[in-house]
Amino acid sequence: MDIIKKDTKIDFVGRGKRIPALVLSAVLILLSIGALATKGLNFGIDFTGGFVVEVGYPEAKDVATVRETLVAAGYEEVVVTTFGTEREILIRLGPEAGGVDDPQADDAVEAQAMVSDHVLSVLRDQNPEVDMRRVEFVGPQVGAELVEQGALAVLFALIGILIYVAFRFQYKMAPGAIACLVHDVIIVLGIFSVTQIQFDLSVLAAILAVIGYSLNDTIVLFDRVRENFPKMRKADAVDVVNRSVNQMLSRTVVTSGTTLLVLLSLLNFGGEVIYGFALALTVGVIVGTYSSIYIAGTTLIVTNLNREDLLPPKKEGEDHENTESVPFQP
Amino acid sequence: MINKFPAWKNLLVVVVLAVGCALAMPNLFGEDPSVQVSGTDRAELNEQAVERILSILEEYDEPMPHRYGMEEGQLVLRFANSDEQDRVQLRLRAELGRDFVVAVHQAPAMPDWMRELGFKTLNLGLDLRGGVHFLLQVDMDAVREQEVERVDGNVRNLLRDARLRFTGTEHEDQGVVVRLRDAGERESAIRRIRSEFPELEVTAMDAEDAIRVRISDDELEEAKRNALEQNRTTLRNRVDELGVAEPLVQRQNPDRIVVQLPGVQDTTRAKDILGATAQLEFRLVDEDNDPYLAQETGRVPVGSRLYQHRDGFPVLAKRDVIATGDQLTGASSGFDTETGAPQVNVTLDSQGGRRMTDVTRQNVGRGMAVVFRERVTETRIENGEEVRESTEVEEIISIATIQTTLGSRFRITNLESSEMARNLALLLRAGALAAPVDIIEERTVGASLGADNIQAGIMAISFGFLLVVLFMLIYYKVFGLVANLALFFNLVMVVGLLSALQATLTLPGIAGIVLTVGMAVDANVLIFERIREEIKAGNTPQAAIHAGYEKAFSTIADANITTLIAAVVLFSFGTGPIAGFAVTLSLGIICSMFTAILGTRAVINLIYGGRKVQSLAI
Repeated sequence: MDIIKKDTKIDFVGRGKRIPALVLSAVLILLSIGALATKGLNFGIDFTGGFVVEVGYPEAKDVATVRETLVAAGYEEVVVTTFGTEREILIRLGPEAGGVDDPQADDAVEAQAMVSDHVLSVLRDQNPEVDMRRVEFVGPQVGAELVEQGALAVLFALIGILIYVAFRFQYKMAPGAIACLVHDVIIVLGIFSVTQIQFDLSVLAAILAVIGYSLNDTIVLFDRVRENFPKMRKADAVDVVNRSVNQMLSRTVVTSGTTLLVLLSLLNFGGEVIYGFALALTVGVIVGTYSSIYIAGTTLIVTNLNREDLLPPKKEGEDHENTESVPFQP
Repeated sequence: MINKFPAWKNLLVVVVLAVGCALAMPNLFGEDPSVQVSGTDRAELNEQAVERILSILEEYDEPMPHRYGMEEGQLVLRFANSDEQDRVQLRLRAELGRDFVVAVHQAPAMPDWMRELGFKTLNLGLDLRGGVHFLLQVDMDAVREQEVERVDGNVRNLLRDARLRFTGTEHEDQGVVVRLRDAGERESAIRRIRSEFPELEVTAMDAEDAIRVRISDDELEEAKRNALEQNRTTLRNRVDELGVAEPLVQRQNPDRIVVQLPGVQDTTRAKDILGATAQLEFRLVDEDNDPYLAQETGRVPVGSRLYQHRDGFPVLAKRDVIATGDQLTGASSGFDTETGAPQVNVTLDSQGGRRMTDVTRQNVGRGMAVVFRERVTETRIENGEEVRESTEVEEIISIATIQTTLGSRFRITNLESSEMARNLALLLRAGALAAPVDIIEERTVGASLGADNIQAGIMAISFGFLLVVLFMLIYYKVFGLVANLALFFNLVMVVGLLSALQATLTLPGIAGIVLTVGMAVDANVLIFERIREEIKAGNTPQAAIHAGYEKAFSTIADANITTLIAAVVLFSFGTGPIAGFAVTLSLGIICSMFTAILGTRAVINLIYGGRKVQSLAI
């Protein structure tokens, strides 16, 4: 069975195709940057610090009454929403809520940490059947550190991958790989900015996974380009890239397809807690597949990759028939 | 092109898969609701103790365990259901008191021989089984200030003893500045301080009457390390009071401590206990009155208080406190350099030391008691209901005879064994936290959410797996079937390795497994597409299989290594949940390299290898 018909000769990166693709990417990136600049990201408490209390009620609960109860208890800045179902309620407080007058917190050291307990006891007084599902408290200093560490993690991942690509392939290919990654990350961030879906630690993890996945696709393409260049003696970069993309098309569609299948499963069944994570990955896989064809392919053409760049280095005693592929040597 | 694996390669595949399956096996047996009992420094968990525990259950007609035994130094009693577990837990807690720690636990139900061979089950994270996670920040500024305070006192005492007069001392960030009355005495003052406290950096300042005494960086680091270690020990002891199975109290960073309490829902109580302060007091023993008489009549002499010794006899001690635990800066067990007898070396701060000198000078030959005071929560059963009561417990943990006038450093000798010395030192240290701690992060997951998360994770994996398997089967026929086999073993191996390595499985970790299911087939897709290409190019089936695997290999390796780089970065950056994702993703990638390349090739060779094949079902 085939999804992609054999021997496709679709023009992916010819002038007439790559310009519209670049325009589309440019528009998406500009929109993303615009949204990030104006609306920013809806950071979760992992990064901002603060409190999250998730409670479950035996039956559907009115968000407004929960809010009123908590405001009456002194938490004026409280944000109350449903979480998943009508019976689960999510309560969010900023890190400054630690200042609320709380009779239990006479031990000043524990004052901040006691807020969540106080919130729970206020809710229990109103309805003893309330079920504590989750409490999170992140101190402001922890949040600030996570922002810094998160940014560093993305940076280190990019650098590590760049070094590997330059080392295993050719330095002219590294910009293509990086362009892809930056493109994908910005668009995923843009979607989180536009939708204002909460950006927490797990979403950051998903973005790092997107970096890995998107690169996976790009490398598979580069590998084929490297193999095809010496074989197609008269062809220019556009032909080689087109040929390679066509050869890999079936694989790309199948792999993206299976990955999307499991991600859809995760989106559907994984629960509210990892919804953001699954969403970031889903968007990342779609954008990553697109970018590995159009962005990575186009960068190879723009950087004027040619045959000489990719002739395999001559090694002593290596004269067997397999010159078109470079076996992996760890 | 015959596509035959040499015997050793087939054997390798079989052995690796067998090991993977064996490692994953313990998870198939499920869990027993069990009650776990462990000893404390008050009571050892020996055979008598085990007998006593069983006889308590018999006496009160409580359910008997269907299986019990010692596991890693703890007694594990296994029950048929959680009701029995609950009843026994309450009963034992009430009957055993503070001598033993009683905790409820889901013990892996694997057979004993498996456990004895060291097999483990998956270690579920708190987001899956419910529980509390605290990150505590140790106030290192306070440690530094304490050290400066200590040095200040020591230097003042020394100069006073040496009759070197000074006008005052000023605190600096990491030391003190001493101003002498007579600038001419500076040289001798410097010499005295240097010889007495060689660990301090002593320098003359520009002003002729001033000396700077600085704590060296190494010394300060040492003090911080000790403070952290002492805090960790104290917290560990307090956590034991909570009766939690498998608690984790671990250092993180130079100044933080992680406390994880699986299964705990009552966070208020957990915070109370972690934040509690145990008090330690040195008091003179009242030897003029009879403590037994006082106990009998209830008439306690004025100026004295009646205490119980930990070993079960009454003691009268003076109301006046000589020194408190706050003034204790160190306690370590050691040996007398001359006699080799065990002893405990105690260090007090300058204030405590002065008071100690004043009191002991007049009381040589009398006894000094160490009183330990702490708040404990006790559980009782009342009308079948669990009742918790917080009470203050005061007891004497040691009585020693004052041999001579004591200063800020003294020793407690005449101890029976070095074991006893170690315990006393630990108790002295464990009394109070060496430095204040702040809870800077809390993550509590309720039992219901934990169960929901497991449910969600299993659903996501099963459904995703099913979709991919169906797709591969339809799309690649026989080859798809082989890839599915590889995918299944990949999952088994990941579970086996996670169990063996005791890596924590979290919800993001499950997401990582789900993601690997999707990505693991990529290797096979690459190979199979390549085989299709080769066939299309007019190669024979055997040559196509050979070339497909050969040519796809470097692509697969490159693609997976880059993903692995991202995963390693994630791991090194990651705290809890993120690290969990990175671990499963990495394991998934590594296992998939094995199963998807070597594993499928072995099976494909078995099906098609070594014979004439007209066409491939791909």
